[in-house]
Amino acid sequence: MRRGVVPKILLAIYLVALLLPIYWLINMSLRTNEDIMSGLTFWPRHPSFEKYSAIFNDPTWVHAFAVSLAYVVINTVISVTVALPAAYAFNRYRFVGDKHLFFWLLTNLMAPASVYAMPFFNLYYALGLFDSVWAVALAHCLFNVPLAVWILEGFIGGVPREIDETAAIDGYSFPRFFVRIFLPLIANGVGVTAFFCFMFSWVEQLLATTLTATEALPFAAVMTRSYSASGMDWSLLAAAGVLTMIPGAIVIWFVRNHIAKGFALGRV
Amino acid sequence: MARITLDGVAHSYQTDSAETTYALRRLDHVWRQGRAYALLGPSGCGKTTLLNIISGLITPSSGRILFDDKDVTALPTEKRNIAQVFQFPVIYDTMTVAQNLAFPLKNRGVERGAIERRVREIAELLDLTKDLGRPARGLTADAKQKISLGRGLVRPDVAAVLFDEPLTVIDPSLKWELRSKLKAVHRALDVLMIYVTHDQIEALTFADEVVVMKDGRVLQIATPGQLFDEPDHTFVGYFIGSPGMNLVEAEVDGATARVAGQTIQLARRYPKPPAGSSVRLGFRPDYARLSSEGVLKVQVQKIDDLGRRRLARVKLGPHEIFATVPNDAPINDGMANLAIKPERLFVYVNDERVAGEPS
Amino acid sequence: MTDKPINNRAWLLVAPVLAFVLFSALLPMMTVVNYSVQDTMGANNFFWNGDGWFRAVLDPSTESGQRFADALFRNLSFSFVALLIEVPLGVAIALCLPRRGWVVGLCLVIMALPMLIPWNVVGTIWQIFARADIGLFGATLTGLGLHYNDTQDPVSAWCTIVVIDVWHWTPLVILLSYAGLRAISDAYYQAAKIDGASRWAVFVNIELPKLRKVLVLAILLRFMQTFMIYTEPFVVTGGGPGSATTFLSIDLVKIALGQVDLGAAAAMSLIYNLITITLCWIFYTIMTQLDRRRDA
Repeated sequence: MRRGVVPKILLAIYLVALLLPIYWLINMSLRTNEDIMSGLTFWPRHPSFEKYSAIFNDPTWVHAFAVSLAYVVINTVISVTVALPAAYAFNRYRFVGDKHLFFWLLTNLMAPASVYAMPFFNLYYALGLFDSVWAVALAHCLFNVPLAVWILEGFIGGVPREIDETAAIDGYSFPRFFVRIFLPLIANGVGVTAFFCFMFSWVEQLLATTLTATEALPFAAVMTRSYSASGMDWSLLAAAGVLTMIPGAIVIWFVRNHIAKGFALGRV
Repeated sequence: MARITLDGVAHSYQTDSAETTYALRRLDHVWRQGRAYALLGPSGCGKTTLLNIISGLITPSSGRILFDDKDVTALPTEKRNIAQVFQFPVIYDTMTVAQNLAFPLKNRGVERGAIERRVREIAELLDLTKDLGRPARGLTADAKQKISLGRGLVRPDVAAVLFDEPLTVIDPSLKWELRSKLKAVHRALDVLMIYVTHDQIEALTFADEVVVMKDGRVLQIATPGQLFDEPDHTFVGYFIGSPGMNLVEAEVDGATARVAGQTIQLARRYPKPPAGSSVRLGFRPDYARLSSEGVLKVQVQKIDDLGRRRLARVKLGPHEIFATVPNDAPINDGMANLAIKPERLFVYVNDERVAGEPS
Repeated sequence: MTDKPINNRAWLLVAPVLAFVLFSALLPMMTVVNYSVQDTMGANNFFWNGDGWFRAVLDPSTESGQRFADALFRNLSFSFVALLIEVPLGVAIALCLPRRGWVVGLCLVIMALPMLIPWNVVGTIWQIFARADIGLFGATLTGLGLHYNDTQDPVSAWCTIVVIDVWHWTPLVILLSYAGLRAISDAYYQAAKIDGASRWAVFVNIELPKLRKVLVLAILLRFMQTFMIYTEPFVVTGGGPGSATTFLSIDLVKIALGQVDLGAAAAMSLIYNLITITLCWIFYTIMTQLDRRRDA
């Protein structure tokens, strides 16, 4: 690692550049629209939380946030649950077609959402799930399930196989072994996986807006609506934007110790 | 350079801890050029700490280090002119063997012709000549360790070569070869070498002098022969030799000792040990024989035939000890007589050997 | 690495994943394939078109072909420029991070923040930030005398999208590189010091080779993500001005959801998907090769 003052300066510059747009958003959110249009200032002269209270008091917004949180949580739970046994199988066994299946999972991880927007629209409409939290939750499984399998497989690889063998000798049935012995060992791996599933589902908006109409509108769609009303309601948009960053910040705080490891996906 | 001096060196990884909990307790020693030293002891005894203090990777909490008469305590590693070989081979993946060996000289601006000559010299010494053009990445672990060593030796003015358990990742079948190679290099270059290990065989075969350490303390610095024949500390007696020294509680008074109700004559006189101290007699199985001339009565429990010699597990009162069985003696269970060579019977008070006076 | 036992009953464990992925991927793709080989005269009247759509899309002289080729070109040049900036920058910042201490945790959390922002909000942030009247970025650039207008000037729009992507995703490269650097044992740095190596020599001879795998991962991930970019340019420029920032995804969605040219859209989707799968295959092959070399 470099020592000395140059790296620290570079790092500081980078962090400032990174935070500046976020700060700007917060700045905008605390000003009224007239104030914004009247001139550019570095910080709000008369900070006001009126847009925040507008959002909290508006059932459309509250509902939208609740919907978004709902499908993200549902998706995370489904993805992690479904991926756990599969990741175990990929790591511990060889079976017919295992490499091909793993590769196919990878392609879904990289699937362009735009390609699937239209087909999903038809599919979920046909299933009667259109415009529901479930449609988005299930649609996001397209990329989140492979992601979960990929990350978990890396963590499972870190647990020695001797543990499985010992448990088998000790007479544990597979489900009991998996739940009582194995899961605690990969607990932080599960945490990291859940974090990534949460993150990728929370940020994805194309599918979320395509598959919903009125009942299950996520916040992104409501934000788009803010465009057509009397000009652009910048401060409302900014306030909504700031609020969407909070769940992310909270989740990242919980996994802060494992971030670097998780990003390496155990494969560095 | 003729010597490295450690003057009152001690080190603790934490601030304000008592001296007894130091990672390395106060040590004064002079390491002489051309000799091979081993730092031997169990994990956590402070040997790696000591090595890193000499190499400059750690600055000691107290004390000074002198290279000849120059105080180098504050000098960083790269300025100390030492070489270090680590536990696992450290080589530059992207370079060939020759480029690896040339690297330290290139960084010091040595001219090309001199570099090539020196690289060839060292490669020949280490049997790496045929691999010079090959990428270092694809070689076996022992070859890579030789390259690591080579990079250290390639600088003609290198003051000392420090080894931190270098044979750890080497295949057991190749360890002997590499050890012999190290000894050959040492003889050829006459350079000071300090070798850290927890394996007594490595230490005793490689070194001219062995530094036995435990819990941050240096227990004894001596030749392998002296360590075997005259251990200064019960741990040294126990750690060296296989099996180690027998230690039995005894009462010592003057030139006699009482063990398990039996009396032994000692070769020297010892003052009465202070009350409450632990007093033990130490003797190696090699110097304790089952023989009809023995005066101690022991009960034979088991005899192990090791080919070259036979080892008996016997009980002297409540104490279980090992003794040698002469090859021509009949094997029998039951009672037997034990003779201990008096010059090799030592008295340890609170684990330290007491010299005593001639009788 | 001991051999793994062969156990075909492992399929039971994999079945739920298989079901989900079949449902999410295969089923929808079948409808796409269906549309791509048919044409319609309207009102559910379909007839076989064979490879007609494919040939149209892949032929730059047709309208849809030209459109596709343009969008593809935009995507490739965008990916190239974005990677050119993000990868060296990411590695450089990772090198600036200290190896230990609480500062590291804090920096990593701050850096991860842009990646947790919903992509439309990223768009919104920069929509505001890049405006000359209310945004710091826009105001600063025009204040410096530069002719900057991201809604009307194609060059500005393009540069803005690149800046957004760099801002948004360089942290991924940083985190990956940092994890890779942390995996390098202290002994290498100590040996290099003893060998008298300069800082640059340490980077070239120790750090870069050890980062090889991580860098491949980072480059491939980022290439694929930039290849599929949709939300941010959509929100900030809407694909404009004109079609300056109309990338493949944006074009595809426009055609599929906007117009009723389902056949062309379906053919485009399949080709787009094929390109992605090929890239995935390259990615997978390189990763397993590197794994194998590492274990050897």
